[in-house]
Amino acid sequence: MPKVTFVSADGRETTLTAQNGQSVMQVAMVNGVEGIVAECGGSAMCATCHVYVDTPFVHLAAPASEIENEMLDCVASQRRPGSRLSCQIQMSDALDGLRVFLPETQQ
Amino acid sequence: MKIVEGHIAIEKPANVESWDVDPYSDEYLLNPVPNYRELRGRGDFVYIPRYSILATGHHRVVGEILARQDVFVSSRGTGINDYTVHENWRKPSIILEVDPPYHTRTRTAMMRTLTPNVVNGLKPLFQAEADKLVDAVVGKGSFDAIPDLAETFSVGVFPRAVGLKSVDRRKIIDYGILTFNASGPDNERTREWMRRGAETIPWMTESCKREALHPDGMGEAIYKQVDTGQITDEEAAMLVRAFLAAGMDATIAAVGIVLWSLATNPGEFAKLKSDPSLARAAFDEALRLNAPVHHFYRTCIADTEVSGVVIPENAKVMMSYASANLDPAKFDDPERYDITRKTPGMMTFGTGLHSCVGQMLARAEGEAVVAALARKVSRIELTGEPVWRPNNFVRSLISLPVAFS
Ligand code: HEM
Ligand code: FES
Repeated sequence: MPKVTFVSADGRETTLTAQNGQSVMQVAMVNGVEGIVAECGGSAMCATCHVYVDTPFVHLAAPASEIENEMLDCVASQRRPGSRLSCQIQMSDALDGLRVFLPETQQ
Repeated sequence: MKIVEGHIAIEKPANVESWDVDPYSDEYLLNPVPNYRELRGRGDFVYIPRYSILATGHHRVVGEILARQDVFVSSRGTGINDYTVHENWRKPSIILEVDPPYHTRTRTAMMRTLTPNVVNGLKPLFQAEADKLVDAVVGKGSFDAIPDLAETFSVGVFPRAVGLKSVDRRKIIDYGILTFNASGPDNERTREWMRRGAETIPWMTESCKREALHPDGMGEAIYKQVDTGQITDEEAAMLVRAFLAAGMDATIAAVGIVLWSLATNPGEFAKLKSDPSLARAAFDEALRLNAPVHHFYRTCIADTEVSGVVIPENAKVMMSYASANLDPAKFDDPERYDITRKTPGMMTFGTGLHSCVGQMLARAEGEAVVAALARKVSRIELTGEPVWRPNNFVRSLISLPVAFS
């Protein structure tokens, strides 16, 4: 089962084991990781599950859809090249070891 | 092939209980919580013989069906009818009742006009309207919070956000009620609203035209995508119809439900007053506990298995979003109103592919009303019996006598 590390805005790291097919947002929510709000529950509507994917992993995740891309213009913290909605990234063995940085704020 | 209620009848799957209940009856809808408990208690699915449908009220099962949109489709109707054997009373929605890949086209077009950025821009309008309406009733004695607050507020802000140049309060509300009722079985309610609704249809058709819309609203933002070649003129009109049909009734119901929740839970209202930033959470939690849209359907297009049950092709599956929200496997102490609860994962707006595209707008509307109460009202007192109106799809109050002091 793949692992994913969340790095909070103040640098604290939490490494968790994910199930294949679970979204990065779901991994954070079921384990109580702070810093992700996910108001819409994973429907790419709220832009409150924003993360910055660590550079080496950016090209390993399936690219953002058109809808996600537009939503990323609505995130509360600055949009950067690694910006993604964590509800739209599905965990898989290919993403084992994934590192994501949490933004300062989601709302 | 036997047809029941506009869809193909199915045999009861072997390991599923039959429950002889009418989920559209007044008795079921007026006091739904014990019925949801029973729905879940009887298994992951139940078979309801009078309608020949399967129903589920478990959070996990609802989630699985919504995730498997390749076998559980929306295009055969998200109500009890199956459009392959029953002609709908109007052209089916081109966003709610279609499947990918076509769905992506219309959803993208509509989503673009309802992003958090757009909604944030509307918040000052929503807040000003909510403040004005609450100011007008504080300290003025008893009033009916459904027509005078929930309806007046929604009618005051939503058509303006869409950009409608002229609003007929009764017609815009009634068209929404008609749409939701008509997705149910051919019962007295559906027939009554088909009669009442007939005169709203020409008005709705006119209101969806580009000429009927101001250039700065969400409706025009849909039509701009015709200019850029993303959708056709006809699709734009259909999407504006989706706005107007889906955007009023459930939102009025939602505002009514949060007012009622705060009126009947003074302890939670006190918490809200001491921390008005809980306004948004208080709204979401009220909608978790009493989901305004109580269910939707999917149609199974190939024999398949879900949590050990063989679901036959053609099965209509009623997913009780309202029951899923009360599933103790998902939420602790689920029947309690707790405004500090974390509600993500609730099914009030559906989830996934077809989840409510207006949910951020609905939340902004609700939040504005609750924030106005938190700042301006010290006590909400019920001054009469709240009256619920059973509807085939929407749980709403028709009267809520209260006094704000
Ligand atoms: C509190 C108020 C509301 C509630 C409870 C609600 C509920 C829902 C639910 C449960 C669905 C999912 C349907 C399914 O699973 O098949 C949905 C879809 C939808 N809602 Fe809402 N809704 C609300 C407000 C709005 C508003 C304000 C709008 C318009 C601005 C809107 C437009 C839509 C549309 C177009 C869809 C279809 C989306 C799709 O199929 O991709 N709703 N709504
Ligand atoms: S959870 Fe709402 S956009 Fe990801």
